[in-house]
Amino acid sequence: MDAGPLPPPLIALHNVSRVYGRGEAEVTALARVDLEIRQGEFVAIMGPSGSGKSTTMNILGCLDTPSGGDYLFDGVPVGGLDRDGRTLLRRNFIGFVFQGFNLLPRTTALENVELPLVYRGVKADRRADLAARALDRVGLAGREDHTPSELSGGQQQRVAIARAIVTDPLLLLADEPTGNLDTRTSGEIMDLLTALNRDQGITVIMVTHEPDIAAHARRMVRFKDGRIEDDRRQPVLAR
Amino acid sequence: MLGEALLLALVAIRRNLLRSFLTVLGVVIGVAAVIAMVTIGNGATARITAELSGLGNNLLFVTPGQGGPGAPSLEARAFAVSDAEAIRDQVGGIQAVAPVSRTTATVVYGSESRSTTVVGSTADYIATQAWTVALGRNLLDSEVRGGRAVCLLGETVRKELFGIADPVGAAVRVKTVSCQVVGVLAAKGQSAGGSDQDDTIVMPLKAFQRRLSGTNTVATILISAADGVDTAKVQAATTDLFRERRGIQAGEKDDFAVRDMRQIVQTMTATTTVLTGLLGAVAAVSLVVGGIGIMNIMLVSVTERTREIGIRLAIGALEHQVLTQFLVEAIVLSLFGGLVGILLGLGLAFAAAQGLSLPFDVDPTIVVGAFLFSALVGVAFGYFPARRAARLDPIEALRRE
Repeated sequence: MDAGPLPPPLIALHNVSRVYGRGEAEVTALARVDLEIRQGEFVAIMGPSGSGKSTTMNILGCLDTPSGGDYLFDGVPVGGLDRDGRTLLRRNFIGFVFQGFNLLPRTTALENVELPLVYRGVKADRRADLAARALDRVGLAGREDHTPSELSGGQQQRVAIARAIVTDPLLLLADEPTGNLDTRTSGEIMDLLTALNRDQGITVIMVTHEPDIAAHARRMVRFKDGRIEDDRRQPVLAR
Repeated sequence: MLGEALLLALVAIRRNLLRSFLTVLGVVIGVAAVIAMVTIGNGATARITAELSGLGNNLLFVTPGQGGPGAPSLEARAFAVSDAEAIRDQVGGIQAVAPVSRTTATVVYGSESRSTTVVGSTADYIATQAWTVALGRNLLDSEVRGGRAVCLLGETVRKELFGIADPVGAAVRVKTVSCQVVGVLAAKGQSAGGSDQDDTIVMPLKAFQRRLSGTNTVATILISAADGVDTAKVQAATTDLFRERRGIQAGEKDDFAVRDMRQIVQTMTATTTVLTGLLGAVAAVSLVVGGIGIMNIMLVSVTERTREIGIRLAIGALEHQVLTQFLVEAIVLSLFGGLVGILLGLGLAFAAAQGLSLPFDVDPTIVVGAFLFSALVGVAFGYFPARRAARLDPIEALRRE
């Protein structure tokens, strides 16, 4: 590690809890979690189902709010924002990649990638230009007019990644990005995420339950029963 | 943003074209019904008003009994020609008086024949009907006094019997009476009741009584008031005269009726206006039902597209952006329905106007009103489904298959 002060954390969870239901039916999904992630990190979140990793992702992506504790995004307390405020934060700084791709059906790859820009009010020609560049970045140049049903699973996930990065986000949240893909395609998607992290400095947080996928990340956080069980840095995978 | 929402709405509608069409069918039918009802109603009213001016708005008619022209009461004494002469001599402000009797008879010329209305009256008859002679001449007073067997043909009768031949001077047979044609009446068209006014012949009353009816009674007396004369005054003077002539004591009811054509037309106009309003209201109810149909389908659409909405919310659509998208979709649907409905309604009204030979009288207020109302239906019934879409929890929505 170099000397000198570290930059402020991009993400800081302090004492964060998430409780669903009330009274007898109360379920604690997260219990007093502390987690800091710095700009430029590539973090894998692992753990069995029900361990709280998906809840953490939803809170980090401002789709859900903590029941207790503080979430600071780039120093901004997210707890003080209303629904539209959280949406604006998500829209401007966070990109999502899902296990099930979540592309709009019967809509071309280009239009899918343009979608976040539509809601940001970007003009149509500039939108198409940015979307085409994002598609080129994920290696799908020439597939702009294909609809999801005309693309393979790996290509669909590339479209989804292009949609996530078209807005130049600080943070990319990937929820089981390779869950629906075969091993070879999974490797390609991981290479793409690694390259985005390395070349563009996008912070990547990825949920997975496959150790060889998690091995691509430089830090691994393991959840169990709503708590962080293990948090370690790991050497960069030999290529 | 509104442009984008419009584009998204059109894409969504096109993606489910058949369902979109079925969705708006309710609005289409509602708007079409309102437009057609009101337009046809307006046509009917306009037709009655035209009829009024066609008759001259100063026509009165006197009938025996109180039951109206179609149903004279049995005990009421019938009128005689002298009654009409008394009116002409003793009531002021009169332009023309015509005693009238009618019957239906077959008129024959050569090998052609037609069953038509035969009117027995005087030379004043065509004046009271605001009628003119197109060919030949009117009846002469001498012919009326002498009860000569001459007649005027209505345009329909002339066409049926003579075709392109010249009827003036020819002899037609009415029942057993041979009758010389002296003139042809100008075409007048259908009456408010839908009967052909030109399907008639007119002959001197005395000839009619002697040769056709065999009585010397008169069914009706038509009075045409002079221009600028108040018909109410003529009506009152005629009533006084008839009470005296028929020996009706003070306190006793009239055994005859003097009716002002204008009052009758006003009553008819009022009736059609009420009827038009009523039918329009029923049609408006179907518009509301159509709106509920739109709401129903929009709710289904929101449920079906939950995942899509989840994606949109997750990648940065604000609540109001999703709300706008679905609201615009509902409004576009209902406006489209309104537009199709207007065209269909105008088409129906046009066809009906042709069929019933009514004037095609489009009221632009109704057309604009129906269009705005269908937009309102879209807003009112689209808002609830749109709000439901906008308030979806993106996590829940994305979990949905």
